[in-house]
Amino acid sequence: MSDSASKDTPEQAAYRQHCRDWLQDNHPGEPPVRLPLSALEIMTPEQLAYLQAWQKSAFDAGLVGCDYPENVGGGGRTDCQRIVNEEMIRARTPFFPNVIGLGMAAPTVLFHGQEELKQRLLPRLFSGEDIWCQGFSEPGAGSDLASVQTFAERKGDKWVINGHKVWTSLAHFAEWMILLLRTDKSHKYDGLSYFVVPIRSALGKGVSVRPLIKITGETGFNEVIFEDLEVDDGYRLDELGKGWQVAMTTLLHERGAGELQTPRAGGLKSKSTHATNTANLIELAQNTLRDGRPAASDPLLRDRIMRQVIREAGLQQNQRRARVPALLDHPMRVQLQNKLLASEIAQDTAALALEVEGPSASLYLGDDNAPAGGQWPLAYMNSYGMTIAAGTSEVQRNILGERVLGLPKSK
Amino acid sequence: MTQPDNFGFGEEASLLKESARKFFADNFPCDRLHAMVAGDPNPERMSACHWDQSLWQQMVDLGWTVLAVPESAGGLGMPLVAVAGLVEELGRAAFPCPLLGTLNATYALAACGADGEAALAEIAAGLAASLAISDRDGSWAGGSTDVAAADGKLNGTAWFVQDARKVDRFLVAAQSAAGLSLYWVAADATGLSIMPDAIVDLTRDQAHIQFDNVEAQEVSNSGLAVLHQAMPAIWTMLAADIVGAAEWQLQTTVEYVTTRQQFEHPLGFFQAVKHPLVDVMIQIDECKSLVYTAACAIDCEPEKAVQYAHMAKASASDTAAFASGRSVQCHGGIGFTWECFVHLYFKRQKHSQLLWGDAAWHRAQLATILLGDAA
Repeated sequence: MSDSASKDTPEQAAYRQHCRDWLQDNHPGEPPVRLPLSALEIMTPEQLAYLQAWQKSAFDAGLVGCDYPENVGGGGRTDCQRIVNEEMIRARTPFFPNVIGLGMAAPTVLFHGQEELKQRLLPRLFSGEDIWCQGFSEPGAGSDLASVQTFAERKGDKWVINGHKVWTSLAHFAEWMILLLRTDKSHKYDGLSYFVVPIRSALGKGVSVRPLIKITGETGFNEVIFEDLEVDDGYRLDELGKGWQVAMTTLLHERGAGELQTPRAGGLKSKSTHATNTANLIELAQNTLRDGRPAASDPLLRDRIMRQVIREAGLQQNQRRARVPALLDHPMRVQLQNKLLASEIAQDTAALALEVEGPSASLYLGDDNAPAGGQWPLAYMNSYGMTIAAGTSEVQRNILGERVLGLPKSK
Repeated sequence: MTQPDNFGFGEEASLLKESARKFFADNFPCDRLHAMVAGDPNPERMSACHWDQSLWQQMVDLGWTVLAVPESAGGLGMPLVAVAGLVEELGRAAFPCPLLGTLNATYALAACGADGEAALAEIAAGLAASLAISDRDGSWAGGSTDVAAADGKLNGTAWFVQDARKVDRFLVAAQSAAGLSLYWVAADATGLSIMPDAIVDLTRDQAHIQFDNVEAQEVSNSGLAVLHQAMPAIWTMLAADIVGAAEWQLQTTVEYVTTRQQFEHPLGFFQAVKHPLVDVMIQIDECKSLVYTAACAIDCEPEKAVQYAHMAKASASDTAAFASGRSVQCHGGIGFTWECFVHLYFKRQKHSQLLWGDAAWHRAQLATILLGDAA
C-alpha cells in the first residue's frame, strides 16, 4: 500500500488524503445486519438498504465513479478510482451493493450509450439508488455466449422481447438490466444487439424473476423470463447488430482488463487477517492440530501448501510482468491466463484448507465450532462459480491455445 | 528495499537478450546441436564432451562471461535480471558451454570479499570456471564435502562437477581446520584428476574430480556463509536456463501438433492435446515471472532473495519435468526416437530439474522460512 502511495502524483496524493480523511470520519462501523460475503449474495431488503445507504454516502463524497466525466455524474479525474479502492480496503469498509452496475454496466453505457442515456442512468448507478444486473447467459448459451436466443422483434420504434436469462445475480433487486439479445436469427454474431432494460418497473408486465439457489445454499442469483416485454429503441446501445462488440467491452471490464477501474470497497466482513488466500491457509495450518501437532509441521501438507504459495506468487508476478513488454513474447499471453489461474488457484487453496481442517471441515456457517466461521467450506463450494462463470476453465484453455499458441480452433 | 515495477529489466537488458537470441539462432540452430552432440547413441557410450570452442570464445569476446563480475574486479557488474535474460536464451539454444558454471563461480567469489578478488580478475580476463562443492550424495547445502584441506593442500573427491572438461578453474569446497573453506584451483594443477561421468544429458559434461595433494589458494574460510549468499543467484540462473529450454520445447511441440494430421485434423485441434500444451505455457509463465522476481530481489530486495529463489527453482524443476514429458508425448512415436530433436532438451531438462535441489527440496526450504521447522 505504501509502495503505491509513494508513486502518487500531487493530484492523486491530495485525493488519497481526502479519501483517508473522509473514511476516518464516515466509516459506517459495525453493520446492524449480518452481511453476506459479497454483493452477489445479498438476500434481504435490510441488507440491501444498509449497503445502498453506504454506497450513496461514498458517492456523495466523490469516491464512486471519480474517473468518469463530470456530466454523467463522475468526478472527472484520472487514475484516482484505484486510489479510492486501495483506501477502502485499507479502511476495511463494507462492500458496495451495485457491483454489476459499477463493474460492467457503467463502462459499457459510457462507451456505447447515447449522451442522454448516460446522463440519465449513470448518476443513479454510481449512487447505488438503481441496482443493475446482467442478462447474458441463457439455458442454451453458457460457454458459447454468442448463441443467445432471447429475441427482440421490431414493432414501430419499439422492440418486443421474448426469452429466458439465467445466473442473473441481483435481478431480484435490480431496476435495470444490461441485456444481450438477438435481433436477427440469420447471423450468429452480427445478429446480436445490446440493450439496457428497466426490469423492475416491468415485473409482472412482461418480466418475471425467480431465484436460483446455489450449491452453498445461498441465493442471490436468478432466472429472468421475458414475455412480450416492450422496450423503446432509445434503450439500445450502439448500432443494431453490434451487440457482440458491445458485450466485449462489458467482458473486458469484468475480467479486469478494461480501460476504467471498477469502484470497489470491502474488507469489513473478512474473517481473515491476511491479504492472500495462502497466508490465511498458513495461519489455519499453524493453528490446527492433527494428532496433537500443528498441521503446519506435517511434511506432506507443507509441500502442498508451498505449491499453492508458489502458484499464488507466480500469478502476482505474472500481473506485474504483463506490464513489461520486453519480458513478453506475446502481448496477451500472460493477461489471458489471469481469470483461469486466479479461479483455479483459489479453488485448490480452499480444497487444501479443508484437508488441513480435517473433520472440522464438516462444520458449516451455522456451527459455532466451525474453524474460521465455516468460511473455507463456503469458499471451496463458491470457487466452482469462479471456474465456471465468465468462460469456464475449459473455454479459457481453448482461448489460450488458439489465440496465444495459434493452435487450430476446436469445435 | 522494494523492487522496481519493471524488475529492473531496462533497455540494456533487452538489447542483451535480443542479441543473445540472434547469436544462438544464427550460429547454433538445433540441427547443428544434434549433429555435434548426438553422434553416438550407444547407451553404454563413454562420457563425451562435445562443444564449439570457437563460438564460446566469441561469447567470451562479447563480454558475456564478465557481465556478472563486479566493476571493481574488472567486470561489467550488470544486474541479475539482465544476466537472467541472457541465460534464458542460452537455455533456449541448449548451448553446451561453461557459462552457468562461470556465473556460479562469479557469484560465490563476489561473496568472498577481498580474498576472492584475484580469482574474479581471472574470470574477468576470460577464464571459465565451475563449482566443485558437492559430495558423493550430491549434497552441498549442509556444508558436507568429501574433500579435505590441510597445509594448503587438497585431498579427496568432489562430485557432480558441471562442464568440468570445459573450464580453466574450479571453486572447491573442502573441510579445513576452520570449517568449510573454499579454494580456487587450476584445472591442470598437479595431482588433480578429472574423472568424466557417463551421463544421460548430451548437452553437458560432468565429472568427479580427485584431489591428490593439490596445491590450492584459499578464497574463503567461511565457505558455508559464502555459499548461502551465492546460492539464490545460482538457483535463479539455472531456473532461467530451464525457462528458455522449456520455451523451445513448447514452441517445437506446438509447431508439430499444428502440422501433424490424424483423424482428418491437426493434432492440436483436439483438446486432449491443446489443453496440456496450454498448461505447459502456464507453468512456464509462472516460472519466468518468478525467475525475474528472484533475480530482481537479489539486487533490490535482498531480504526476500532466498524466498523468491526457492520459488523460482521449485517452479523451474516442475516446469522442466512437465514440459519435457509433454514434448515427447505430443510428438508421438517420432518423439520417442533418437532422430527427433526433442530428446536433447528432454535430457537437458531432466538434468537441470535435479541439479542444485529439486522442487520438493526447494519447497521444503521455503516451508522452513514461511512455517518454521517441520515435525
